[in-house]
Amino acid sequence: MQLPPAIRARLAEGPGAAEPLPVERDPAAGKAPFRFAARRVRFPREHEFFEDGDVQRHLYLQDVLTQVAEAPERPRVSEFPCQVAGCQQVFHVLEAYEHHYHTQHANVCSVCKRAFPSSHLLDSHLLEWHDTLFLTLAERQDMYQCLVGGCKEKFRTSRDRKDHMVACHLYPVDFRFDKPKKSKGPSTPEVLAPMSAEALGEHSQQLEGDAMEVCSTGHVTPPPAPEEESCTPPGLPGRRAYSHRVPATICFGQGASRGFRSIKKRGKHH
Amino acid sequence: MRGGRATALPAGAGVSGLLYPPALRKARRDQQLVSKRLLRADPPKEAGKVVSILGEAEIQQFLRLAQRGTEEKEREKALASLRQGLQHSETQQAFIRLETSMRTLVGLLTSNQALLQLEAARCLHELSHSDQPVVAEACLPATSYLLTYLSSHSSDFTELCLYTLGNLIVASEGVRRQLLPQGIVPALAACIQSPHVAVQEALGYALSQLLQAKEAPEKIIPAILASTLPQHLLQLLQPGPKLNPGVAVEFAWCLHYIICSQVNNALLITLGALSTLGPLLLDLAGAVERTEDAGLELLACPVLRCLSNLLTEAAVEAVGGQIQLGDERVVAALFILLKFFLQKQPSLLPEGLWLLNNLTANSPSFCTSLLSLDLIEPLLQLLAVSNVVSVLVLTVLCNVAEKGPAYCQQLWPGPLLPSVLAMLAASDTEVVGQSLELLQLLFLYQPEAAQAFLQQSGLEVLDRHKEEAQLQDRVFALRETALHG
Repeated sequence: MQLPPAIRARLAEGPGAAEPLPVERDPAAGKAPFRFAARRVRFPREHEFFEDGDVQRHLYLQDVLTQVAEAPERPRVSEFPCQVAGCQQVFHVLEAYEHHYHTQHANVCSVCKRAFPSSHLLDSHLLEWHDTLFLTLAERQDMYQCLVGGCKEKFRTSRDRKDHMVACHLYPVDFRFDKPKKSKGPSTPEVLAPMSAEALGEHSQQLEGDAMEVCSTGHVTPPPAPEEESCTPPGLPGRRAYSHRVPATICFGQGASRGFRSIKKRGKHH
Repeated sequence: MRGGRATALPAGAGVSGLLYPPALRKARRDQQLVSKRLLRADPPKEAGKVVSILGEAEIQQFLRLAQRGTEEKEREKALASLRQGLQHSETQQAFIRLETSMRTLVGLLTSNQALLQLEAARCLHELSHSDQPVVAEACLPATSYLLTYLSSHSSDFTELCLYTLGNLIVASEGVRRQLLPQGIVPALAACIQSPHVAVQEALGYALSQLLQAKEAPEKIIPAILASTLPQHLLQLLQPGPKLNPGVAVEFAWCLHYIICSQVNNALLITLGALSTLGPLLLDLAGAVERTEDAGLELLACPVLRCLSNLLTEAAVEAVGGQIQLGDERVVAALFILLKFFLQKQPSLLPEGLWLLNNLTANSPSFCTSLLSLDLIEPLLQLLAVSNVVSVLVLTVLCNVAEKGPAYCQQLWPGPLLPSVLAMLAASDTEVVGQSLELLQLLFLYQPEAAQAFLQQSGLEVLDRHKEEAQLQDRVFALRETALHG
């Protein structure tokens, strides 16, 4: 297919439209038995016209498999420790370290040292657990916001919120999104733990707290053997009242540093 | 051109005559094409090893070790072994038969040990790749967590969660029924703002799977259109140096699925879809010209579809869309792409010509551009690539000819008449029929062409079809016109 040389040039030039030639139709045009009528055509979703292109798209997605199956460059280096003060984790692979940093140190509550999967959840936690104004208001109005993005519902108690998330958003009853840190302190370690929470334990212990608290505690897995703590420790309802007597300004342990910059290179399929 | 059935082509051939395996075609027709993406990140030393199927006892053992092992490395290794075993569907079946296996895995997914968490996520990803809906449904307890982790700052992890979700979405309607109330649309709308290219591409994939669900037009697309996703989607399709091809491909397909479902295309037009797609088309043609053609057709296809379908919306006129798109560089770009398709991917010629039809049908300006840019002859060169392509080319020529004498004067004399005569000699009814339509217009507005037709033995060719039921009337009428004016 030969294109006129001017085409390439035309593409490189600025926008513009041709001055249209005059249109002058004869009523005999397209008259029976002829039937032509100029019209735009639309094709709906499942139209056969799309078959070829759809099959190509499918093959492309399948093909990506062979591209990404090539092991990405994950250089193994000699063991190095996490940069965050007090954290004793060591790593061989940069990706794992990055993941560790982002999930354990990036969204950490400076008060109780809990790590959260996102800044949104950390913010909710700070509000609900360490903000005395919030707690004061909560005595009189619905303050517990549904945790599902886009849902504007608010509730009087975190329990009500949980019930809503289970009933309306089909969340599991035991939804929790982090494991608590190991604690050597007394039964309410969350506010009194003097040790650095960055030391990660091998076994996560049960700490009190409701499901879907924005300070999630407790196991998701059921205790299969006696050595595990039970899922519902005593004193549960009382804890919340206890915890907010500690003024939010008192900070236990070190704060999490947030200055990390990723230095890894991505060796993926582009 | 009718948006109808393609005419007689060899069995197994597609719209353009390209032969794909019959099973794939059938799957497409039965709407069962299931595309899944698998990220396998095995370190090189594992690549050569044969991975064996795991039985229930072994799975339990690995899970127990992962959960309660004393040494961190031991726990990771156990989970990695499980992950490898899960490459086999037999292992997957055994896994889902065990009552507490998923609960345990989800527990590990929420572990504060980074490597355990990653391995658990990879195990889920393997499971998500299963062909069996029952395996996908066994992963339901994990979905709320996968969604929560979409807002994680760990881009590797988010990417993995997205591909896993994308696979689960396509595997089972039950999964989708749960994901929507769990907030997948807001989660994606937040996640799409990630600056990481790999996350964007993974999100595009997951979203494209969601949009292809059969219940999407009623249950999913309205929610998506109500969110901020469309704006972000269009932003990620903006041409320029920051456009990432892998990302653009995914989001162009997303846009196509939204548009061809015809839920609310007017909204997309007001959000600026045309002013994104038009320049993107120009960009694509530019890339072809610079012979950066690696995989460009993968992006060109959905872009062409989006533009073509959007042009049929009444809203286009309202925002002066035709004027926006009236830039004749679009025509130049389209022909550069048509030439590219002819060389690399002929099955996409009909899609390109579909856009050309929609551009020229109601536009004297675009028809004039075709003439002034000397594109009639290149267009004629596409005749006889296939029946479908021929019909489309003839239709575009009719679009030009029907605008009257000023246009037909540019069509004849020239190479058009001999080419159309050749098409008249074809056996395909639709090709011949469209040739007759074109000739009628040509003879009407440029009577001298009829004389040339007669001199080139046109009548003989015409008469070959006088017995054909679908063509008879037109054959006779044209004959009369040619002989008696």
